[in-house]
Amino acid sequence: MIKLEAVYGLAGGLFAVFAILSAMDRANPKRWGNSLFWGLFATSFLFGSRLSDLANGILVLAMVAIAGLGGLGLGRPVTTSADERAANARRLGNKLFLPALTIPAVTLFGALVLKTIRIGGVFLIDPKQATVISLGLGALAAGALSAVLLRPPPLAAFQEGRRLIDTVGWAAVLPQMLAALGAVFALAGVGGAVGGLVSHAIPMDSRLAVVCAYTFGMALFTMIMGNGFAAFPVMTAGIGLPLIVKKFGGDPAIMASIGMLSGFCGTLMTPMAANFNIVPAALLDLPDRYAVIKAQVPTALILLLANTLLMYFLVFRF
Amino acid sequence: MLTLIGVLIVVVGFLARFNPLLVVTVAAIATGLLGGLSPEHVVAAFGRAFNDNRYVSVVFLVLPVIGLLERGGLLERGRMLIAGIGAATSGRLLLLYLALRQLSAALGLTSLGGQAQMVRPLIAPMAEAAAESRLGPLPDKLKFLIRAHAAGADNVGAFFGEDIFIAFGSILLIKGFLQQNGIEVQPLQLSVWAIPTALLAFAIHGTRLFLLDRRLTREIGAKVDAGAKIEAGE
Repeated sequence: MIKLEAVYGLAGGLFAVFAILSAMDRANPKRWGNSLFWGLFATSFLFGSRLSDLANGILVLAMVAIAGLGGLGLGRPVTTSADERAANARRLGNKLFLPALTIPAVTLFGALVLKTIRIGGVFLIDPKQATVISLGLGALAAGALSAVLLRPPPLAAFQEGRRLIDTVGWAAVLPQMLAALGAVFALAGVGGAVGGLVSHAIPMDSRLAVVCAYTFGMALFTMIMGNGFAAFPVMTAGIGLPLIVKKFGGDPAIMASIGMLSGFCGTLMTPMAANFNIVPAALLDLPDRYAVIKAQVPTALILLLANTLLMYFLVFRF
Repeated sequence: MLTLIGVLIVVVGFLARFNPLLVVTVAAIATGLLGGLSPEHVVAAFGRAFNDNRYVSVVFLVLPVIGLLERGGLLERGRMLIAGIGAATSGRLLLLYLALRQLSAALGLTSLGGQAQMVRPLIAPMAEAAAESRLGPLPDKLKFLIRAHAAGADNVGAFFGEDIFIAFGSILLIKGFLQQNGIEVQPLQLSVWAIPTALLAFAIHGTRLFLLDRRLTREIGAKVDAGAKIEAGE
């Protein structure tokens, strides 16, 4: 059975290659910083499961120290010129799209079909992690296809990958860091404190006030925690169930469904949801790290208002 | 209440644009210590959660392929393709992507999109090319705006589509939570009540994408006018 650990091995190997190529890149004045940073990330992927929690924590602190002290530069691997790219695009035509579309196609195939295949009673891939494992398989398949199609020099794929990961830079580990912050918040009881604050600060004597407190509270708490899943239990136990459902007789399914979607409006507006909002800004070479959030805020606010009205008009009616 | 200082550190640190990794680490340590944990315990909890969430970063495995394809002219090919479609505009292209992303996510096919896999190599460059073939060369400011909207369309489509799919994580979380509190709901009920919000999300964001085209036309037009006036010596 292919397990998640195999995909981590693959990612660890890739980041180890990035670390080695970074160290050899004399065009980058901070090459040792980059090399150490990606090397530590490789270590986390390769050996994280065998290290103690404390050792993993120290590894993370070392990565933070490198990035926080400005130790990361931009690798400048040799790549093709604009003219070469245009000539290649004309020569290969729409075949160039094939490898790019192979990634989602294989991911989907894996998550839907491979997941169910058993050989001698053993699953081919770990069904619990099917999507992540299939994404790894998709990357491998697409890599093989582009190698056949483009016939690049041997190290080109790794150098090009390094070019991209260097533009992402520190943002690459931010999603994991925020998940770790969420875990510390949970241990220290931050959720309960925020929930208590919200449910005591607002007058709860009218239906509209209660609905507003719940939807806006979900959005705000989601912005703080970075995802709606962390906010939902706290806000629903604090406001949703006791007030909307029990006191005013609202429908629990409508409350919960629209409540969660109000949380998603918060996700669109927060840097804490780094993999959706901060990593893409880095991937797209945007100088403003909050550019994606700024593009999303108007939609999020209008939709939050719309959700509040939807809930107010629907939840007490069914 | 003291534990909320961590939240404050995050808000202030992000607004002041300090390095987010530093902000998050300081917030975690402060929160943990104020919450009565030992320094060692905080670092261990931090390391454990970082380790448990490595799956988020598996997506970077696609970067070598994306880089290789960019090296081979993928972005240029996307531009040529879009330039050949006269009706293509940035707004319409992103609207189409939003619709496809939302529909496929509603059917549980969330892996059909994604920022690293789809937006960076295909959607963002094509949306930029659509504006360029209609309006001529774009200033950086507008290129960045179009790219940010490409990322936004992916997020809005995914968030407000996936919640309709009955086996999606949030629906299972809601069902489990209500069950613990003695309320039985069927996943189908939850997904049905996600549909009104999904339709509104499409209407709202779709309108904004439609307006994006007009804004691009207006800003480029204003620039051309200003240029003409300078040339005319006004």
